[in-house]
Amino acid sequence: MIGEWLDIGWLQEIPVRGSRTVPVEGGEEIAVFRTGDDKVFALVNRCPHKGGPLSQGIVHGHSVACPLHNWNIALATGQAQGEDKGCTPVIPVKVSGGRVLICRAGALRAAA
Amino acid sequence: MTHHIERPHLVVIGNGMAGCRAVEELLARDPNRYRVTIFGAEPHVNYNRIMLSPVLAGEKTFDEIVINPRDWYDGNGIELVAGDSVTGIDREARTVTAASGRSVSYDKLLIATGSDPFIIPVPGKDLPGVISFRDMKDVDAMLAAAERGGDAVVIGGGLLGLEAAHGLTLRGMKVTVLHLMPTLMERQLDEAAGWLLKSELESRGQTILTGADTAEILGNTHVEGVKLKDGRVIPASLVVMAVGIRPSTALAREAGLAVGRGIQVDDHMVTSDPDVLAVGECVEHDGNVYGLVAPLWEMCRALADGLVEAPTGYRGSVTSTKLKVSGIDLFSAGDFSGGDGAEDIVLRDASRGIYKRVVVKDDRIVGAVLYGDTADGSWYFDLLKKQEDISELRDLLIFGQAFAQGGGQADPKAAVAALSDDAEICGCNGVSKGQVVACIEKGACSLDAVRAGCKASASCGSCTGLVETLLAVTLGDAVQSGPKTMCKCTSFGHDDVRREIVAQGMRSIPEVMQKLHWSTPDGCSSCRPALNYYLLCALPGEYQDDQQSRFVNERMHANIQKDGTYSVVPRMWGGITTPQELRAIADVVEKYDAPMVKVTGGQRLDIFGIRKEDLPAVWADLNAAGMVSGHAYGKALRTVKTCVGSEWCRFGTQDSTGLGVKLERGFWGSWMPHKFKMAVSGCPRNCAEATIKDFGVVCVDSGYELHVGGNGGIHVRATDLLVKVATEEESLHYAAAFVQLYREEARYLERTAPWIERVGLQYVKDRIVEDAEARDALAARFWHSQTFSQDDPWAERAAGQEREQHAHMAAFKPMLQEEIA
Repeated sequence: MIGEWLDIGWLQEIPVRGSRTVPVEGGEEIAVFRTGDDKVFALVNRCPHKGGPLSQGIVHGHSVACPLHNWNIALATGQAQGEDKGCTPVIPVKVSGGRVLICRAGALRAAA
Repeated sequence: MTHHIERPHLVVIGNGMAGCRAVEELLARDPNRYRVTIFGAEPHVNYNRIMLSPVLAGEKTFDEIVINPRDWYDGNGIELVAGDSVTGIDREARTVTAASGRSVSYDKLLIATGSDPFIIPVPGKDLPGVISFRDMKDVDAMLAAAERGGDAVVIGGGLLGLEAAHGLTLRGMKVTVLHLMPTLMERQLDEAAGWLLKSELESRGQTILTGADTAEILGNTHVEGVKLKDGRVIPASLVVMAVGIRPSTALAREAGLAVGRGIQVDDHMVTSDPDVLAVGECVEHDGNVYGLVAPLWEMCRALADGLVEAPTGYRGSVTSTKLKVSGIDLFSAGDFSGGDGAEDIVLRDASRGIYKRVVVKDDRIVGAVLYGDTADGSWYFDLLKKQEDISELRDLLIFGQAFAQGGGQADPKAAVAALSDDAEICGCNGVSKGQVVACIEKGACSLDAVRAGCKASASCGSCTGLVETLLAVTLGDAVQSGPKTMCKCTSFGHDDVRREIVAQGMRSIPEVMQKLHWSTPDGCSSCRPALNYYLLCALPGEYQDDQQSRFVNERMHANIQKDGTYSVVPRMWGGITTPQELRAIADVVEKYDAPMVKVTGGQRLDIFGIRKEDLPAVWADLNAAGMVSGHAYGKALRTVKTCVGSEWCRFGTQDSTGLGVKLERGFWGSWMPHKFKMAVSGCPRNCAEATIKDFGVVCVDSGYELHVGGNGGIHVRATDLLVKVATEEESLHYAAAFVQLYREEARYLERTAPWIERVGLQYVKDRIVEDAEARDALAARFWHSQTFSQDDPWAERAAGQEREQHAHMAAFKPMLQEEIA
């Protein structure tokens, strides 16, 4: 069944203040984040600066610090914070009944 | 009967900003004068309503916007009746009655009911999914709607509507703003600034329709869309009505008090009944009603002065506005509609997106609109409120205070110093410059102390820079010479945090953040790794290492490279290897297609291009050949470089390789403030370059010279000679003491070289060389902590620990029937 939302697993599979990855065949990997207040966000796993894997960064508040050069990216918008300029595509994501669902169209569009 | 009964009873209707501030002001004047009961319709303690927007935007949590926690009520003997709204006032019997039926008698009654959102009377206004933006319940409703995603319509392009739209956009909804007037925020902005704001919001993905008149809200059982009078239909699963607010006067009206647009009060906030007072957005004073926060502070002061029989009187307020949408700086004050005799001074800087307009009448500022650069907002506002004659400044006025008063020298300190004592610094909490300075002069010498002392900068934080400048101006060098703060999350420096961790016996990162008033919910990428290290060092064997507070390399036990793959460096003790080890490395390189192997500067081999998924298998293979993690990625002992020494070299004086291996075996695995390198040279020719290492041994005929604090990085620093000893055992003992002193006292990310420069070599010698007892104690603490740190992290990972760090959560294969694997 091809639905609007893709079920990628349990919320508990993502460490608090951490991230897990979802590769997209023929596209770019997606990083799914879980924040300290248990919110879930998804971005293309690529820093707008030099392409660093954001999934490996330190998650603080609703931001992630890129592991390569410490750019801070807002999880909700994908926008670089502070003086830095750039944006990483955001994939709509939600939690329903403890399962994490990512938007199929969003995943295709962002990762195309 | 207790003495409480004898005090007159003050009953407050409204647990919001005005009601509680009035009580605070009263307590500050005379804490024992009244017995206080506060009724609140919402089931919460007193919170900062103007900070609901940052909560919606995800920048703050509810706990962070609480003004007075439960302790405040309890500590001041205030009875809080939360979640029970007052339904009637009987002025004859002097009682109020709440929805629950509870009735309370009063001696003085304070009405602080605030305002109600204005709901436009169109069909469909009562459908589920149509809400206002007034309290925490509304925010919860918006968050729940955002969780489901979809389209939202915000009716009203004023301050509140735009903040709601911003928050919903950040939460992932597709937002359309409907505004009746041609310009956004037309009460605060002129057309030019309104246009700049509109374009900025549109570039962030919002749709802004001006001149949009709502005809009807569509839907059967739930809102489905909004229909405009011109026939357009905008789909929506959520409609937020933010067209305006009305003073909440129903209670007062039914009680027979004089009510116009608001509850009518005199200069002392007394209504038409001398025992009933009113304050805040629900009142009408001198024909004016206010919907902003600043007038509250002035009203509450006048009210409290009256209640303690030292009346001063409220004279009305001039208000200013700031929009709380992150990344947009907007300030507006006074009247900018022009009119007879008004002149405009305008500055535009299109490339920087700056627009400033100051309206002048009879040589006095009557209005100001600033967009893009609002630094001078408080200065213009101050000139406006004071009605200062600006004819002298006029030519430079628009360039801001620094230019107008400082002859072209832009000195922000001088600008702040020049502000008058009653200039408002903190708009959220109504704190003037004079109050901040008084707080500093009473001993508050840090940002945190000022926040605790007078609440300035304790809410939205937009005045933090001003408060810091006031600290600098007031205290001079006393504040500037203090240590730098750890990061922007705290006003404490590294040394303070560390001292408090040990002194208060703190055991976890959240505990440190709570007790030391961290300003962010869970720190940042600067402070979290530092706190994790400090706790690890303070509580060996007890503290649970927090993986999410580790930099990527320490979390993955490998070095991330620019393409996101990792490099792997197995330990080669003292730089010595064997055919078996080399064979195992060669096998790994081939098996995992590693594109490069390189000999490192530290006498070992670095395998490049390993994917995170393959790391556990690589480690398992290396473990099988007897190799362990080289910690080439860690703030830890890296390598012990050696020369071949007396075993082979004709100049060698001691067994330098043997000592190097002993050092590496003893010290590996210990976490430190920064990376730590060692070397042992077999003679003064120093082939192992021991004099640019953190700890270097140079062997001589008569023993071992121990050197410390060398660095071969950006700033090359040769070591200082710490001491000369006679035996290998002594070398190891001093090394342990030195490393432990560094672990316990250097700041996180401070190498030994800058640390020694900071504390002085003599201090290190005093602790380690001169004081045998301290030396022994340090070494003992080091060896104790080592009993917990010499488990190979690679073996743990290869055995399956932290498996999720190395595996994808799922895989999306859009071409296949079963898409998620």
